[in-house]
Order: sequence, then C-alpha cells, then structure tokens
Amino acid sequence: MSVQPSDIEKIANLARIRIDEQAVPEVVDRLNDILAMVDKMQAVDTSEVEPMANPLDAHQRLRADTPTEIDQREQFQAIAPEAEQGLYLVPKVIE
Amino acid sequence: MHDKTLAELSQGLADKAFSSVELTEHFLKRINDLDGNYNSFITITEEQAVAQAKAADEQLAKGNTQALTGVPIAHKDIFCTEGVKTSCGSKMLDNFVPPYNATVIEKFNAAGAISLGKTNMDEFAMGSSNETSFYGSVKNPWNTSCVPGGSSGGSAAAVAARLAPAATGTDTGGSIRQPAALCGITGLKPTYGRVSRYGMIAFASSLDQGGPMTQTAEDAALLLNVMAGFDAKDSTSSDTAVADYIATLNDDLSGLTIGLPKEYFGEGLDPAIEASVQAAIKEYEQLGASVKEISLPNTDLAVPCYYVIAPSEASANLSRFDGVRYGYRCEDPKDLHDLYTRTREEGFGEEVKRRILVGTYALSAGFYDAYYKKAQQIRRLIKNDFVEAFKEVDVIMGPTVPNTAFGIGEKSNDPVAMYLEDIYTISTNLAGLPGMSIPAGFANGKPAGLQLTGNYFAEAKLLNIAHRFQQATDWHKQLPATIADQVEG
Repeated sequence: MSVQPSDIEKIANLARIRIDEQAVPEVVDRLNDILAMVDKMQAVDTSEVEPMANPLDAHQRLRADTPTEIDQREQFQAIAPEAEQGLYLVPKVIE
Repeated sequence: MHDKTLAELSQGLADKAFSSVELTEHFLKRINDLDGNYNSFITITEEQAVAQAKAADEQLAKGNTQALTGVPIAHKDIFCTEGVKTSCGSKMLDNFVPPYNATVIEKFNAAGAISLGKTNMDEFAMGSSNETSFYGSVKNPWNTSCVPGGSSGGSAAAVAARLAPAATGTDTGGSIRQPAALCGITGLKPTYGRVSRYGMIAFASSLDQGGPMTQTAEDAALLLNVMAGFDAKDSTSSDTAVADYIATLNDDLSGLTIGLPKEYFGEGLDPAIEASVQAAIKEYEQLGASVKEISLPNTDLAVPCYYVIAPSEASANLSRFDGVRYGYRCEDPKDLHDLYTRTREEGFGEEVKRRILVGTYALSAGFYDAYYKKAQQIRRLIKNDFVEAFKEVDVIMGPTVPNTAFGIGEKSNDPVAMYLEDIYTISTNLAGLPGMSIPAGFANGKPAGLQLTGNYFAEAKLLNIAHRFQQATDWHKQLPATIADQVEG
C-alpha cells in the first residue's frame, strides 16, 4: 500500500500537523519508503494468531475507586502558555 | 577520580578518600571544560548538585548512608525533574519545567545520588543517532565526527567521556543498548514493567523501558537495585519480586548454555564486529559455558512490525502536545485549529512528525487491520520465537548492532537505512525481554558491542553473565585516547 499527495492532507489533518504545500512531495516519498518496508508483514499468514498488545499479556490493573490526586491546578497552570481564573485560554471557538 | 567506576567512587566516599562535594565539583568541572566537544548535556544542574553533595557529606559524616549516597550521575532528559527543565530533546518542551519528579528520579533522590544534569537525546527518543535533537547532534567520544547512537546518545557519550560516572537511559527499540555499543559502555534494558515509566515522557508505551548506562555490569547492578520495583503510579508496572542484583554477580558460569541465533550472523553484519563477538563467545567457553545454534525465524519481521507499533503508539501519546496546557505555542494563532496545527508543525522536528504521520495513517479507518492489528499478530510470533529459544538456552548472544558508529550526517537523509541499524535490538522490546550491551573489543578502531538477551525478569542472570566477562577481559576499561590522556595518576 502507498499514500498519494491527496492522502497526506487527510492524515495531516487527523494528526493536527500543518504541512507546507511545498513539503508534501518529500513527505509522500518518505512515508512510502517506510510503508514499503513495513509491507513485508503482509506476506505472513497470521489468521490464527492472537494480537499481542502487552508483551507480558498483562491486563489493566484496577484500584479502589477512591480519590488519590490532590488539587494542583495552580501549580499546573503556572506553566501554561495562557491561563486565567483557573481556565486554559485558547482562541475564541464560539462566535 | 573520573577513571573510577561508580562502585569504586562509592567505596572512596565510604573510606573518606574524598568528599561528595569534591567528587561532584570534579565532574561538574569536566562537563564545563569538555562537553563543548561532545554536546552530551542539555542542562547542567550545578547549584542543585553541589547542594545535594553537601547534604550527602553530612549524611556520610553521620554514617547514615543509602545505596548511592554522594555519587553523582546524569539523567536522560526524558525523565521529569521537578523545577528543572525537561525537554525530551524537543523545541516543543524547550520551556517545560515539570511540577513533579519521575518515579526513577524520586528513587535516586531517596538513594542519595547526586544529579549532575540532563543529557541530550534524539527528539522524543525517536532516533538511532542523536541527530534529531533540537539541541544539536551529540559527538561520539571515540571519534567526534561519528554519531554516539541514540536515542540515549547524550548519556552514552557522557559516560564514555567520563563526564559522569553513570547515567540513566530509556530503550524503546534499542535506545540504551545501541548507543552503549557505539560508545563502548555497558547498557541494560530491563524487562518491560521492571522500571516505572511514571514521569518518563512516553514514546511507545508498550515498548518503553528505563535502565542504567554505566562503565561496568557491577555499576549497572547498583543502579538497577535503585531503579527497579513496582510502582502503583504506572499501570503497566510489574509486581514480580525484585532481586538483589549485586548478590549474584560472581556466580559461576559453568553449565551455562548460550544460544546464538543464526539470523543475527548473516548478511549485513560487519565482519569485524562478527569477529569481536565470536572472540567474546570463545571467552565464555573458557568460563565454562557451552554454545548452541538457535533460530529466531521471524527476525526479519521485527523492524517492519516495530515501525507500525511504535509510530502508532507515538501518534496517540504525542497528541497531548497541543499548545494549550504546557510547552510550545505558536505565535498569533488565528483560531483553535491553527493553534493546534501550527504549534505541532513548528514544535516538532521532521522525524517526529514523520512518525506521527505514519502512526496516524496506520490507525486510521480502513487501515487498522492491515497495519496495527497485523503488527500485533507479528509481535506475538516474534515473542514466541524467544519463548521457544529459552526452552533450550539460558541466554542469547550476538552483536548489538550490525555496524560501528557511522558518520554524523551519513544516514540522516535515509530514515529506512537508519531504522535497519536497530535490527538486532528491536525484537527484544517487542517481546518485552531484558537485554544488555557490553563492550567486546573494537572493529575498525571503534567500539563493538556484545548483546545479551535474557528470559523475562532474568536481569540478575544477565548482570552475572556480563560481570564474569568483565572480570576476565578489560574491554570495558578502554578509554578514547583523548580521555585516557586526562586521567591523573
């Protein structure tokens, strides 16, 4: 499988990364190099193989449903690009 | 003092041969005087280090010591350090000062270790050469026109140049072992889940693992004794009991069965590295081990499988860098979409963006089964190869990397060629097994690494096997000529 320049716009939007139009051909070539290398997998029959998400086949550990975090909002917002009255500020979303 | 191992320095402190302040200032001076040649540090925490050393000297005077009281080490700039910039090698986090410590950092603080600073690395740990760092390439102390490997290239170069007695690293596809091999030091990637990932900036969460980068296996055991253990803050942390990694270092190796995978000695391997590895195997036979040829038939699928799983997980993990809560934000965003897309365009480097795009594609509607699910199935086949092999052998050995350190700039325009340098290290991460690289001589004048892969949670055995080799050889004591000249009597 390979990607076309038209696919890049869609992927870049999903990834929320702006790609300069002039850079698109280069990005397409590099992604296709990687996809060509990755496609080696397709030759293997894995129909009977269970997918492995965790190398130890471990399951999500659960804990008691009690609060463990303390309020550190001020500390966390002190390093935000823009925060005010306990809120993170972004450009206006609703007109 | 810098020609001594961590174990020797610790003993020197106990014997009052020097104080922690003297020791710490000695290494800080070396970093300030010499790191211009290597670029191995991003941040030097001079004041904090001296303050920690003074406190350590007070504890030493009282005889109230922990495992590493007063010994200075360096940390890869991927571990969050409260109040100290943690950049992960990226412009995205160039202004990020974490409000908390990684568990690994907390453990080193509790053990009394001094932090000299934060070491350079490939951006978000994505790279095998340290060339993707926002802070510039790191240079290999054995040949400063060559790369140190990556992504823990700053830690490897700092230890090789004796700017720090030891350092921490992280390994997602070889990022501890490969730079250890290229810089002629000892590096250990523990079993997945052995060392807490809390506060270790995530790249690929099912593969990432922190570990020690040191001069010797004994030093690696000292660090792992501090780093290893269950952490409730990491949902994938293992509660398997932690061994005392020092206690078994000297165990006898007679009866040990070494597996040599035939796939690791084929096409693409530098004959000079192969010769070094074979000589090391001969040394092990002298130490009482026997050798058996094995097969890991899915080896050639490891790099393809990894380059689906790691970018997929990275694309999800790195979605948090959006210019809203911390880190870089673009100038004058015209709307929210522009804020996200331009922040990420400007804040991430080329290799990171490439991997996010690959991962996004692999996880997108219509492609998930062909890429991500397929890779997870292949991943099980790769793990099963190792499970079968460990029914017959105690440890698997081979070269850590197919080639010695390459020139800076030589492979930076060909990502796939760079990816293939990790062919021997990647499957260990996919399987979740512990792996080590130890110095095993030289090929073409540059260090060659021997890779040791162990069964799950067999770190003590690996360290024992590595330590016995280092008792019988002196490859790990070799220094680059420029560094050897600086060693005082």
